[in-house]
Amino acid sequence: MKVIASKITLTFLTVALVLTGCKDNDDTPLAELSPSFSFTHNWDGVPIENADYENTTYINERGESLTISKLVYLISDITFTDAQGNSFSAGDYNLVDAREGVNLSFTPDVVIQEGTYNVSFTFGFDDEDNAGDYPDLNSADGGVWIVPMMMGGGYHYMKLEGKYLNTQTNPESEVGFAYHTIRANDNSTSPITLQDTSFTVDLGDVLIEEGTNIEVQMNVAEWFKNPHTWNLYELYSMLMPNFDAQILMSENGAAGVFSRGN
Amino acid sequence: MKLKNGVYGILILVATACMGDDTSTYTATPAELDIPPFFESSILPPEIPSDNPLTVEGIALGKALFYDPILSANKTQSCASCHLQSGSFSDPNQFSVGIDGSQGTRNSMPLFNLAWNRRGPFFWDGRAATLEDQIFEPVTNPIEMANTWPNAVAALQNSGTYPELFDAAFGSPTIDSVKVSKAIAQFVRTLISGNSKFDRYLNGQEELSEAEERGMNIFLDETRGDCFHCHGNPMNPLWTDNRFHNNGLDEFFSDRGLGAVTGDPRDDGLFRTPSLRNLAFTAPYMHDGRFNTLDEVIDHYSEGLVYSETVSPLLKKISEGGVGLTSEEKSDLKAFLLSLSDPSFTTDSEYQPD
Ligand code: HEC
Ligand code: HEC
Repeated sequence: MKVIASKITLTFLTVALVLTGCKDNDDTPLAELSPSFSFTHNWDGVPIENADYENTTYINERGESLTISKLVYLISDITFTDAQGNSFSAGDYNLVDAREGVNLSFTPDVVIQEGTYNVSFTFGFDDEDNAGDYPDLNSADGGVWIVPMMMGGGYHYMKLEGKYLNTQTNPESEVGFAYHTIRANDNSTSPITLQDTSFTVDLGDVLIEEGTNIEVQMNVAEWFKNPHTWNLYELYSMLMPNFDAQILMSENGAAGVFSRGN
Repeated sequence: MKLKNGVYGILILVATACMGDDTSTYTATPAELDIPPFFESSILPPEIPSDNPLTVEGIALGKALFYDPILSANKTQSCASCHLQSGSFSDPNQFSVGIDGSQGTRNSMPLFNLAWNRRGPFFWDGRAATLEDQIFEPVTNPIEMANTWPNAVAALQNSGTYPELFDAAFGSPTIDSVKVSKAIAQFVRTLISGNSKFDRYLNGQEELSEAEERGMNIFLDETRGDCFHCHGNPMNPLWTDNRFHNNGLDEFFSDRGLGAVTGDPRDDGLFRTPSLRNLAFTAPYMHDGRFNTLDEVIDHYSEGLVYSETVSPLLKKISEGGVGLTSEEKSDLKAFLLSLSDPSFTTDSEYQPD
C-alpha cells in the first residue's frame, strides 16, 4: 500500500517536473524566481549571537551599559520594483525572533523574473495591514504580540528588551527596559489619536538571479543613536502609550538601523 | 488553510494505511474538540499529534483512567486526587500529598485549554515536551502515585474492564504505558474552558460591571498593571503566553525552575506563566502556592517585587517594589481577574466519571 502510494506520487512528480520543464523551455527564456531573505543582527558590526543575550554588555550612544534579553520584530510588504516602475509584492509578513533564531530566513510568496529590482520592505505594519486580524499573529510570541485596543489595537512592530545599568543609584542597579515599538497612540483624546509609525526600508537595487538571497542586517545600536540620542533613564519602559516616544523610535529606526548585507 | 487541511488529510490517509498493515483494520470513532467560537476565530487551532488522534473511545478510556486509583502503587490515588474538577482540576492544598503522605514543593496546576499549548512544554518548569510525555511522570513519581509502569500496566491488564476499553480505543487489548499516556492525553485535551463572564462579554451576551471594566484597563495599562505582556489580552482567550518568566518573587531561588531543566543560568527562577482563567477556583497561587488570596498576588505586583538577576525586564519600578496601585485600583483589578473565571467548567458533567 505504502509502496504503491509513493510510486504514484513519484510518477506525478516526474510528470509535473517534465511539464514544468517543457513550459519553461518553450515560453519564457527568463527563469521565474522567488528570492529569499535572511535576517542578521549586530551591535555596530559585531554579530549578536544567542549566547550574547543577557550576557554581553553593550554601550549605547549615550554611554549607558546594557544587556539585551529579547529581540522580536515584524516586517511586511517586501516589494520588488523594476526599472519601469512595476512593483511586485505578496503583501505577506515575517515575525523574526532573533534570540530564538525563529524565522531568520523568509521567502515572500512572490514570483518575479530575473533582473535588477529596487527592494524595500515595511518595518512593522502600515495602518492597512495593522487593521487586519491574523490568527497566527494573535498566537505569536505566546499570544502577546497583539496591542490592546486601549492603545489603538493592531500589533507590536518590535520588542527589544533587556536591562541597563543605573549608575545613579547606590549601589548601581540593573533596571529592565522594554523598547516596544507600535503605532503611536494618544488615548487622552477622544477618539484616540493614532499615527502610523511603521516605515519603509529601502535596500537599494539588487540583481535578482537564481538563488539570490538578500541579507537584511539590523544594527541594534542604531535604535539608540540617530537622530535621537536615546536616554534609557527617561525612556526605559511604558513607551507603548507614549506618543512622542513612538515617533522618536520610528525616526531612529528609519535612520540606519537596517541595511543590506550582501 | 484549506491546503493545510488537505495535506493533513493525506497524512492521515497514509498513517491509517500504515496502521492497517500491521494490526487489524479497526479504527476508533474520530472525535473533535468542542472549540468555543471565539477561540476558533481569534487564535490558531490546537495541534493534535498525528500519532494520537482524538477518538470517542480514546477519550472515554482516558477519562476512566484519570479517575481511577488503579494507576497508583497502593490503589488509593488517581490523577483526580490532585486535579479536582471543583478546583478547575487543580488542588486546593498548597502542596499535594502523595500516596505515602509525602509532599512535593510545587502547587498542582489547573488543567484546561492545554490543547492550545501548541508547542509545549508542560509543568511549571517545562520539563515535559508534550502532554503525552507529561503523563508518564505522576505515575512513577515517588511523591505522587509512586508506582512502576510494569505494575500499573499489569493491574490494568488483569482488571475485568480495561482490556476491552483499550481494544475499543486502540484496536488491541494489549495494554502498555504509551497507550495509557495517549488515552489520558486525549481526555486532558478535551478540558476546555471558554464560558467565563468575560467570554460572554466578548460574545456580546453580557456587560462588564464598571469595576471590571476599570480593572481591565488597569490590566492593559503599561503605566499601571501592565499584566498583558505575559498574561495576554482580550484578543487571546488563553490568558497566558505559556512562556517562562521570573516575575520577581525571590531574591534567591530555592527552586531554579526552568534553569534546573535547561542548565542555563539565564533560566534560573523562571516559571511558566499560568493562565488567569478560573483563578476563583485555583488558590493558592504561584508555583509554590505561596499566596492564599488574589489580594496577596496583587500586592506582590504592586509593591512586593524583588530584584534578582533574571527578573523580567517587563516588570517596572522593582526598586520601589512595583508600580504601586491604589487600593481602589487593586479591587478593580481583582474584579476584572475574577470575570475570567468560568464556573460552568467546574461542574460540567461531561468531565465527570461515567
Ligand atoms: C500527588 C498529586 C498529583 C497527582 C496524583 C497527579 N498530579 Fe498532575 N500535577 C501535580 C503537580 C504538583 C503538578 C505541577 C508539578 C510541577 O510543575 O513540577 C502537576 C502538573 C500536571 C500537569 C501539567 C499541566 C501544565 O499546564 O503543564 C498535567 C497535565 C498533569 N499534572 C496531569 C496529571 C495526570 C494526567 C495525572 C494522573 C496520571 C496526574 N497529573 C497526577 C500533582 C499531581
Ligand atoms: C513578566 C511576566 C509577568 C507579568 C508582567 C505579570 N505576570 Fe503574573 N505571573 C507570571 C509568572 C511567570 C507567574 C508564575 C510565577 C511562579 O509561580 O513562579 C505568574 C503568576 C501569576 C498569578 C498566579 C496564578 C496561579 O494560578 O498561580 C496571578 C494571579 C498573576 N500572575 C497575575 C498577574 C497580574 C494581575 C499582573 C499585572 C499586575 C501580572 N500577573 C503580571 C508572569 C507575569
